[in-house]
Amino acid sequence: MLNVGSIKEGFVLDHIKAGKSMEIYHYLGLDKLDCQVAIIKNAKSNKMGHKDIIKIECPIDVINLDVLGYIDHNITVNIIHDSAIVDKQKLTLPKSMKNVLKCVNPRCITSIEQELDQIFILTDEKKKVYRCRYCEEKYNKL
Amino acid sequence: MRHLLNPLDFSVEETARLLDLATDIERNRDKYKDICKGKKIATLFYEPSTRTRLSFEAAMINLGGSALGFSSASSSSASKGESVSDTIRMVSCYADICAMRHPKEGAPTVASLKSRIPVVNAGDGGHQHPTQTLTDMMTIRSLKGRLDNLTIGFCGDLKFGRTVHSLIESLVRYPNVKFILISPPELRVPSYIREDVLEANNIPYKEVTSMEESLPELDILYMTRVQQERFFNEAEYLRLRDTYILDKAKMALANKDMLVLHPLPRVNEISVEVDDDPRAAYFKQVQYGVYVRMAIILTLLGLDKEVQ
Ligand SMILES: [Zn+2]
Repeated sequence: MLNVGSIKEGFVLDHIKAGKSMEIYHYLGLDKLDCQVAIIKNAKSNKMGHKDIIKIECPIDVINLDVLGYIDHNITVNIIHDSAIVDKQKLTLPKSMKNVLKCVNPRCITSIEQELDQIFILTDEKKKVYRCRYCEEKYNKL
Repeated sequence: MRHLLNPLDFSVEETARLLDLATDIERNRDKYKDICKGKKIATLFYEPSTRTRLSFEAAMINLGGSALGFSSASSSSASKGESVSDTIRMVSCYADICAMRHPKEGAPTVASLKSRIPVVNAGDGGHQHPTQTLTDMMTIRSLKGRLDNLTIGFCGDLKFGRTVHSLIESLVRYPNVKFILISPPELRVPSYIREDVLEANNIPYKEVTSMEESLPELDILYMTRVQQERFFNEAEYLRLRDTYILDKAKMALANKDMLVLHPLPRVNEISVEVDDDPRAAYFKQVQYGVYVRMAIILTLLGLDKEVQ
């Protein structure tokens, strides 16, 4: 059983591939939130050998779960209420993402019209290929 | 509402219907001369392309409609910093359909998301130029009678030539099509065409450097120009530009019913002595381009069923 620690209301991201937690911290914009965040690196795991865990004390809707699905859909999202796990959320590869990835094609319309939303569409689920909604340039995976 | 942003927006069946309509227009011009009476096309050209703009305007005028627009960014509100989204909202009030050319890739898609009228992509950077692709297909279908069972050679700048990429992507949908890709090693097709389009669909193809050796095998030879703006260095441009010039001597090696296509304008990659050869189809392509654009206007405006 996962030790929820000091979290009362919020969620715990479990089964993060060891070493990936800081990347997720930045992708989720946790550096910009003023809630309590605990990062556990290289925790022992029966399933994975080693894993990272992130505990976040904030309402679930603050976090864009699509981003997590994109980074690693094997991460377990445990929702905490009254210091107990009340729900687990399954992650899937999002069909599209808004303002998560940025198109790097210098010939893309978004390079001159910067107020446009950065939209990426999943075009190949097997290969995890996302393309810019506008110029269709492939996003090169992390 | 329907837009035309990418040649693959039309399925094989829809493409066949569109080309049937274009062929009917070619044969019965009179039937269509008033069908768009009172309708306007806006040609929004953020970079000059007189050839494409005139083709759209002629298409609408042939249908009894009229045309308005601008022919370069400096003569439009874009020079005052207006966004594509704001421009299309304004144009939606004035016109019934629009054709947009833009140096930035995806601009017509941005427009389509905010538009109240159909948007036709008239070329967006190195990305897509669907009316050119459909024109190429109409030319092949009209003069060869089919889009399947063909060996098609592409020659010249296959790396940056978007017309080449779009036509390959469209033709792999037809049975028994083979490609011979003729270019200097520096200008081979990008890897996504080889891997995601040709190999993914098990399409036979070969990449060669010699035009002479390939000519006898071809049903279609699609020539492209090597654009100077793609090169950083003038000497390299001059060396490659002259590598693949089609002349009378090379035409003698080709089949007697091979067709020569070219998206035009040409620089010197097809010698003018080839122009009188009955196999030269590149000026006929221009005429087919107007019929295809007429068919596209009718289809997107939902008027394709009006004339029987
Ligand atoms: Zn883009």
